[in-house]
Amino acid sequence: MGSSISIFISSVLVNNPLVMLFLGLCSFIGVTKKFSEAFCMGVAVTIVTFLSQQVTFALNSPLVYFGIEYLRLLVFIAVIASLVQIIDIVMKKFMPAMHKLFGIFLALITTNCLVLYVAIVQVSKAYTYMESTAFGLGTGCGYLLMMVIMAGIREQLELSNSPVIVKGTPLVLMIACFLSLMMQGFYGVGG
Amino acid sequence: MLFETIPPSLSASYGAAKEENSMQEEKTRITWNHTFFAEVVDRNWVLVLTIGLCPALAVSTSVVNCISMGAAATFCLVCSSVLISILRKQIPNDVRITAFIVIIGTFVTIVDYSIQAISLNIYNALGAFISLIVVNCILLAHAEAYASKNSVMATAVNAFGTGVGFTFALLLLGVPREILGSGTIFGYNIVWEGFQTWLVMQTPVGGFFTMPLWIVLINWLRRNKSSANCGEGGCHG
Repeated sequence: MGSSISIFISSVLVNNPLVMLFLGLCSFIGVTKKFSEAFCMGVAVTIVTFLSQQVTFALNSPLVYFGIEYLRLLVFIAVIASLVQIIDIVMKKFMPAMHKLFGIFLALITTNCLVLYVAIVQVSKAYTYMESTAFGLGTGCGYLLMMVIMAGIREQLELSNSPVIVKGTPLVLMIACFLSLMMQGFYGVGG
Repeated sequence: MLFETIPPSLSASYGAAKEENSMQEEKTRITWNHTFFAEVVDRNWVLVLTIGLCPALAVSTSVVNCISMGAAATFCLVCSSVLISILRKQIPNDVRITAFIVIIGTFVTIVDYSIQAISLNIYNALGAFISLIVVNCILLAHAEAYASKNSVMATAVNAFGTGVGFTFALLLLGVPREILGSGTIFGYNIVWEGFQTWLVMQTPVGGFFTMPLWIVLINWLRRNKSSANCGEGGCHG
């Protein structure tokens, strides 16, 4: 239990997926223009990461049992793609209001590095079930945290008068540089 | 003697074929100029379109890592794009994304195991980012936007250009980061005695620091062109 908690904390702060591990940067630049959009995207990614982590954890032992580990990457990416599709369909049927909020982000989460990273690393580090769950949830929460911070900063920056050549992507990366420096202060927290 | 025995009709057709050949050569040259160099310099996916930033920033701590990552991505890109281009009429439209991902995943698995066999050091340095080539936006975007619509030859040239452009962008990030961060290049010491290395360049901060400077420089050089990328980059993926 203790190791699970420390894995959760370290994957939120020290190994923050966006600013420390460079995972899912495309959405960090593309979807942080509005606070509400960034929040929805963060929640959607957290949910998908958690669910796909559960499914891929369960699928790993059959792969090892049959001795077909070399198919792991293909199986994982296929499972993630179909899982995202299923979530999309179920949400459309039972939660139309939620689907209206999260729908446009769901389809593209398949190609988010984060989801596959969690699936692969939990296997390569041989985490137990509790540790894997903490790892998946922590990585998702770390993503959500950074998306919300970045969207808040960007909404304020809209009011400022920045040079044309810096507007857009370079400005986001410069802010990310400072956020990354900030997160480095947490080195050693959570083991 | 041989030339005299060739019937005039055949020689005529040969001549025609030769002419067609030279036309094709001309066309190939145009493809190389307009596609290859455009993909490398003018439409560089990482620096201008800002797609596929994750591996670019993560592995560019040393030049060796940059080159291995660039080579791995280029191999996967060229092979998967050519295969997708060959199969573009057979793949049903509804399941095309899944089909693309499975094709890309196959080649990434090959690269993953090959690098593990060639050099364990590089494999450990690149970490999970070799497997993550599967979800690299560049590969899927190239499959969707170019390979599924164009002929095999054009796709191969374009994919190779895109891959070289990706490697070029990685090197632009990796060379300053390695020189300033550890005072070496390819592992050889090149700085003078008493040079204070910037440790921060080896950490994630260095990646976030170097990248916007290059983008700003490119935007500044292209500021008079109407197509300057001063807008928004990235995607939802």
